[in-house]
Amino acid sequence: MAAVAASGGSRLGRLRYVTERRGFLATLLISPAVLFIAALVGVPLVLAIYLSFTDATAGSLSGRWVGLGNFRADLHNPIFRGALWHTFLFTVISQAVVIVCAGLLAHALVRSFRGRWLLRFLILLPWAAPIALTAIGFLWFYDPSSSIFNWFLVHLHIVSAHGVPNWLGTPRAAMSSIITVQAWRTIPFATVIFLAGISSIPQEVDDAAAMDGATGFKKFWYVSLPLQLPIAIVAVLFGIIFTATDIVVPYILTNGGPFNSTQVLTTWAFQTGINAGNLGEGASIALFMLPLLAFVTVGMLVFARRAEVT
Amino acid sequence: MSLQWRHRLFSYGVVVPFAIVLAFPFVWMAVTSLKPQNEVFDPAHTWSFHPTLASWGFLFHHTAYVQWLENSCFVGVTVVIITLAIAMPAGYALARLAGRVGRSLGVAIFLTYLVPPTLLFLPLSRVVAQYLHLSDRLWALIVVYPSFTIPFAVWLLMGFFKSIPQELEDAALIDGCSRFGALVRIVFPISMPGILTVVIFTFSLVINEFLYAITFISSSTNRTLTVGVPTDLIRGDLFNWPGIMAAILIPSIPLALVYNAFLNRFIAGFTGGAFR
Repeated sequence: MAAVAASGGSRLGRLRYVTERRGFLATLLISPAVLFIAALVGVPLVLAIYLSFTDATAGSLSGRWVGLGNFRADLHNPIFRGALWHTFLFTVISQAVVIVCAGLLAHALVRSFRGRWLLRFLILLPWAAPIALTAIGFLWFYDPSSSIFNWFLVHLHIVSAHGVPNWLGTPRAAMSSIITVQAWRTIPFATVIFLAGISSIPQEVDDAAAMDGATGFKKFWYVSLPLQLPIAIVAVLFGIIFTATDIVVPYILTNGGPFNSTQVLTTWAFQTGINAGNLGEGASIALFMLPLLAFVTVGMLVFARRAEVT
Repeated sequence: MSLQWRHRLFSYGVVVPFAIVLAFPFVWMAVTSLKPQNEVFDPAHTWSFHPTLASWGFLFHHTAYVQWLENSCFVGVTVVIITLAIAMPAGYALARLAGRVGRSLGVAIFLTYLVPPTLLFLPLSRVVAQYLHLSDRLWALIVVYPSFTIPFAVWLLMGFFKSIPQELEDAALIDGCSRFGALVRIVFPISMPGILTVVIFTFSLVINEFLYAITFISSSTNRTLTVGVPTDLIRGDLFNWPGIMAAILIPSIPLALVYNAFLNRFIAGFTGGAFR
C-alpha cells in the first residue's frame, strides 16, 4: 500500500491509491447490489403499503386515501377470512408432513449405499423441476374421469369404481389435493438441508455418544437432534415462508375454487388486484403476509446465529 | 456386520418407497406423453397403448413452444449475466473487505430474498407499465428478476469466497498485484465451481418464475415456458394432455440432472454463509 501511495503522483496512481482503501473499495463493490435491491424490493414494498391505504384501481398508481378502509373491508369479507384460514391450513399441514418425511429420508440417506446417487436424483426431481409446469401435470393426475390415483385406488380395492373422489372438484378433496402437491415439492428441499445438518455433526461427537452408551433413539434425541436443530429450523422457516406466500400451486390447480374452498391470501390478492382491478384492496390483502414475514425473519436471525455458536 | 445390515435395510426400506412415490408423477407424465390422443381417456388403455411421438411433434410444429423455450432461455441467460456482474463484487466485498458490518449487511441482503413476489407484484405491475413502459415485453422480466436472484447469489458467493484461503490473495498483493487484479486473476478463477453453481441455480430460479411472468406478459409470443404451457396449450376446454406432458418433461429432466450434479456445492454455499 505504501509503495502505491509513494507513486501516487499521477492521476492513475491516485485512482489506484483510492481503490486500495478497504472501506472505499468495499462500498464501491457492494453499492450496485444494495441500490438494485432498494429499487426493486424496497420501493415496491413501500408502494405496496401505500397502495393498501388507497382505493387505487388498475391503470394508476395513486388513488384516494381511505385509511384503514381496505383492511376493514377485508376482515368483514368471508372470502378473505376463509383465505386466511386456508393459508394457515395449507402451510401448517403441508410443512408438518414435510418435516416428518424429510427427517426420515435424511436419516436414511446419510450413510452411503449402492444406488444412492440414483435414488437421490429421483427424490430431488420434484424440487428441481419447474413447479409451474409440474403442477399442470397434477391437473392431469387429478383429472375427474381419468385420474391415475383413482386407477390405483380402484385396483387396490380401496374405493369402488363408482365412488372415486373428484380430487379438485369437491371442496374438502381440493384442499387435501393442493396440500399434497405442496408437500410433494417441498420434501426434497427439506431433506437436502436436513441432510446437510446431520452431515455437519463431527464424527467425534458420534463416537463419544457411542462410548457413553447412547444408542438408537436416545442418541438421536439427546445428541443428534439438538445439534441439527438450528439448521433444521432454518429449513422449516424457509418451507413456511415459501408455502404461505406461494401462489403457483393453488393458482394452477384450483385458482381458489371450488366455491372459494381453496382460496388463499395470494390467489385472493391476485383475483382482487389483477382480475378485478382493485389495486389498493389487493395490496391490502397481500400485506397480511407481512407479520408472517417478520416472524420468519426474526426466527431466521436467532437460529442462524445459534447454528454458528454451537 | 449385522448392525451394518440393519442400517442398510433401514436406508433401502425408507428411501426406495419415497423415491418411487416422489418420482412417479414423472413416470406417468412420460407414459401419457407417448399415448395417442384417442387412447388418453380410455380406461382400457391405461397401461397398454400404441406408443407414438405424435404429441411431441405437435408440440414443436404446431404450437409456440419453441418460442417460449427461447424466451425463457433468453431471459435466463440475460438475468444470469446481470446477476453475476452485480453479485460477484458484492459477495467478495462482503466476505473479505467489509468486516463485521459486512456480515450484518450480508444477512440483511439475504433476508430480502425472503420478501415474496406475491407481496410486490401489484405495485410492480404498475411500475413496469407506467414508469418503465415495458408491459408485455421480456425486458420487464429481465429488469425485475434480479430483485430475487441478486440476494440469493450474493449469499451463495459470499459463502464461496469465504472458503478461499486469505493467504492466496495476500501472496498476490505482495507480488505487486492490485486488489482488483488479485480479484480478477486469483479469486474469481479459483471460485469457478462456486460461480458455476450460482449460474445454474440463478438460471433455474428464472425458469421457475411464474407470478411476474403471468402478470407482466400478455401476448402469446412473448410468454415464457411456465406461463405459455398452462395458458396456451389448453384450447378452450380441450387439453392436449400428451403434448402438455411432453412440454413439462423437456425442461424438467435436464434441469434436474444439472441440479443434482451441483447440489453438494449449492448446500456448501447456502449454509456456508451463515453457519461458519
